[in-house]
Amino acid sequence: MTLSFQQILSRISFSVLAALIGICFALPLIWFLFAPFNARAELGLEIPSPFTLKNFFTVFENTFAMRGLLNSFIQSIGGVVLVGFAATLAAYALSRSDIPGKKSITYLLLLFSSVVSGSAAMVPIFLIVSKLGLIDTHVAVILVFAGGLLPTAMFILRDFIDGIPKSYEESAMVAGASSMQAFRDVALPVIRPGIVVVVVWAFVNIWGSFLIPFILLRSDELMPASVAIYSFYSEAGTPIVTLLAAYALIYSFPVISLYLFVNWKFGFRFFGGIKA
Amino acid sequence: MKNFSLLSVRAGTLFFSPAAALVGAFVIVPFFWVIFVSFTNRTLLGKTALNPEFVGFDNYVALFNMETFFTRGQFGFSLILTIQFVLLSALIGQALLGMILAWLLQSTPKYVKLFSESAVIVAWILPEVVIGFAWFAFLDYDNGTLNMLTTALGLEPGDWLLDNPFWVIVFFNTWRGAAFSMMLFNSAFASLPPSYFQAADVAGATSFQKFKDIALPLIKGHVVTDLILITMWTFNVFTPFLLTQGGPSYRTELLSIYTYRVAFKDFEFGKGAAVGVVIMLINLAFALFYLRIAKQKHKGAE
Repeated sequence: MTLSFQQILSRISFSVLAALIGICFALPLIWFLFAPFNARAELGLEIPSPFTLKNFFTVFENTFAMRGLLNSFIQSIGGVVLVGFAATLAAYALSRSDIPGKKSITYLLLLFSSVVSGSAAMVPIFLIVSKLGLIDTHVAVILVFAGGLLPTAMFILRDFIDGIPKSYEESAMVAGASSMQAFRDVALPVIRPGIVVVVVWAFVNIWGSFLIPFILLRSDELMPASVAIYSFYSEAGTPIVTLLAAYALIYSFPVISLYLFVNWKFGFRFFGGIKA
Repeated sequence: MKNFSLLSVRAGTLFFSPAAALVGAFVIVPFFWVIFVSFTNRTLLGKTALNPEFVGFDNYVALFNMETFFTRGQFGFSLILTIQFVLLSALIGQALLGMILAWLLQSTPKYVKLFSESAVIVAWILPEVVIGFAWFAFLDYDNGTLNMLTTALGLEPGDWLLDNPFWVIVFFNTWRGAAFSMMLFNSAFASLPPSYFQAADVAGATSFQKFKDIALPLIKGHVVTDLILITMWTFNVFTPFLLTQGGPSYRTELLSIYTYRVAFKDFEFGKGAAVGVVIMLINLAFALFYLRIAKQKHKGAE
């Protein structure tokens, strides 16, 4: 099919417009590609001169900053393990068992999880964690995130499990497997890609969050990177730009690489929940 | 054939219990607790921290005190600000931009698509602290990239965070969240049968006509889903705090930031909880609406 002049023109203008929007989105971030490598970086956009990796080494030598990354890692991994474990079991139960009131449980969970947001619940969450004596612990952050992320994680996984034919496990059980064996040896390997998606999603959420650890933690030794990053401000409150930029880049690295991993492995797709 | 279940009720309950315990403790209990606390004068420090008194509707009366309701730094001001913020940055900004992007990117060359899509998505996935700092640098009066551009174009540089803080957070949130709408509409457009468009092509329809007369009516359901979800998220978002701290002089103090200030800066837990309850009521209205539509759609599909 040959394109008319008008169609070619509209194609070109579409591309130009799309590229322009893309550039506008990239603009606030371009600075981040240059500043970490600039020995004299300021808030302005400039080609690094002199080019240096020294900013990164200074960050690596800053024990508080490195501690922050470690804490982010502890909290994210803790939360992810808990979410992955509890969500898989619960989603399997919701999909495969006949617990009474399955439908209403699902409905209520969906409702509660969308009503109780971080901004609405910060006061009671703080009070509950205080009452449990867990203020200023990693465990507090991990538990609160697990509770908050679980409903969504469960729905994504339940949809995923619903899509797997029951006959897989049924034939295993006809052959004499117990339901535990059918779950562990037959269902679990098939569900694994769904678990990976949920786990990555939960990790990115916990890794990047600010409000919950900011409220629940007090001591410097426990602060995750999202809070620790504010140590790169001078006493007067002005940022030490070189270090902040380098640290932000290091801190963003896991999120970007996980995204690329998921994109490479599963492609652009919406998982569960939001399909029409 | 006997209908046998893969997982007995007992095993199912066992499987379900860890999740139930966690969600119960950190989602459902907070829901009821925040309502309870909102009727007390509980504070973080002092006498009422340990022995809060029951004060009835005092906290709510204070929130809805009409003499100060619309004053900056008060509840009504934050509520109205948040509504404007949702309308402009989510419903107009994110949804419209996401829609335009999803439509444009269908017929652009591969590399343009890859570049623009990546830029939009990176803005969405980076940690919020990093984003806050990136925008802080971007908007800096003396050196920031934005003023570098405006000067290069022969315009006056602006002290954006001081002069137009509200518009800054509107653009900020549009930029931050457009990716979700783009991806949702992207998959919606991809689900439409290509033959519809081929027929329109033969008839000589323009891209806008195809969008308006074919695509848009068919993805109405997606649009509603998208609008409700981004409304709920934007209504509860805390990220602008990392750019403006709610200032200057409360001009960007969204409800979430207001709650944080009342509860954790002024230490008035009771009042903060009352704000939380109002937020939850509004969330509830949206959620019920969403669930009803989702249910109808589900029925329609069967």
